[in-house]
Amino acid sequence: MNIAIASGKGGTGKTTLSVNLAALFAEERKIVLADLDVEEPNSGLFLQGDPVSEGVRYKYIPEWEESTCTLCGECQKVCNFHAVIQLASQIMIFPELCHSCYTCSELCPTDSLPMIPQRMGMLKHSKDGMIDFVESRLDIGQEQAVPLIAQTIEYLGEHFGENTIKLFDSPPGTACPVIEVIKNADFVILVTEPTPFGFHDLKLAVETVKELKKPAAVVINRYGSGPADEIIEFCHTSDIAVLASIPNNRRIAELYSGGELIYTKVPEVRTELEKIKNHILKQWK
Amino acid sequence: MIVAFTSKGKGWGSMIDPRFGRTDYFLVYDESKDTLSAHDNRQIENEAHGAGPKTAQLLFKLEADVLITGNGPGGNAAAVLEKAGIKIFTGAQSFTVNEAYRAYQEEKLQEF
Repeated sequence: MNIAIASGKGGTGKTTLSVNLAALFAEERKIVLADLDVEEPNSGLFLQGDPVSEGVRYKYIPEWEESTCTLCGECQKVCNFHAVIQLASQIMIFPELCHSCYTCSELCPTDSLPMIPQRMGMLKHSKDGMIDFVESRLDIGQEQAVPLIAQTIEYLGEHFGENTIKLFDSPPGTACPVIEVIKNADFVILVTEPTPFGFHDLKLAVETVKELKKPAAVVINRYGSGPADEIIEFCHTSDIAVLASIPNNRRIAELYSGGELIYTKVPEVRTELEKIKNHILKQWK
Repeated sequence: MIVAFTSKGKGWGSMIDPRFGRTDYFLVYDESKDTLSAHDNRQIENEAHGAGPKTAQLLFKLEADVLITGNGPGGNAAAVLEKAGIKIFTGAQSFTVNEAYRAYQEEKLQEF
């Protein structure tokens, strides 16, 4: 089962929830946590694992073979991202715009756009106790997170069986990177906070999961720091369960700042996380 | 010379559009024929990606020699414009098209 932990707004507690939930699951289940926020992975700050494997990841972008090209213009017509532009007798390719979809390359009648590997980042797999942890990190200067996210999810499929729970710590927002994650999830947990910004972005995130037709539930973090009535009301009318409310508590912030697990030291958090775990395990059956 | 302006409207009195890739219009002034024509670029709103190169390609098709704009194109668009041999002048965002053309003639605009 693939579970995405997403939010809309950044900084609501996706990583805190991901790491703690992973550790809780690991007490009784096979679990892998994947940090798919490849532009800014930070789950690794809370896990001290022994390396399992590490490798450079490549994306494939087309390269123009001038000698065989007939300048038919098909490539630029089919590119949704304007990453291929024909200018008189020249074909220009913009790697930063390319989404590695292969369309131009596949549809070129003379095979004049072979796909060439280009380094985009690193994938690291480590093991902290019972938690398998996979982190991908995009190289500085790379603009496309989606191909690395897709490859990381593929890696998880190749290395872990059906009975391993896969937790995805997702990128924030509602744009392509998080859509790539949610697309591959069976269930989405949306973490929000009782602030106007948190509520606003929760609505966008709910719209996104509905568009993608994924079952989802909400976790309210820093519960008690502001009015949550609107959020609860909204979830109710949207037919989305509020699974848990993590209290706004100084002790939690201190543990987080020290890079420590929270649920093992704050019993209320364990109680809330158990609710999420039980909900997921119920779905699993 | 054919001089193109990024603009908010269709006439000499229109304001320069500071954006390149997502400009509302191009006004194209053919100096030898003394004709001004307007080209609607607003369908670019529907493009989530690659507005710069796409618009630069349009400018190439309009056979412009010179582009007068506001903020200046981004990296991808600039690469297309350079390949197309189009000279770029920036900093005209507070001008009307007419004023921008005069500033260009008086060499008061910055070459990109």
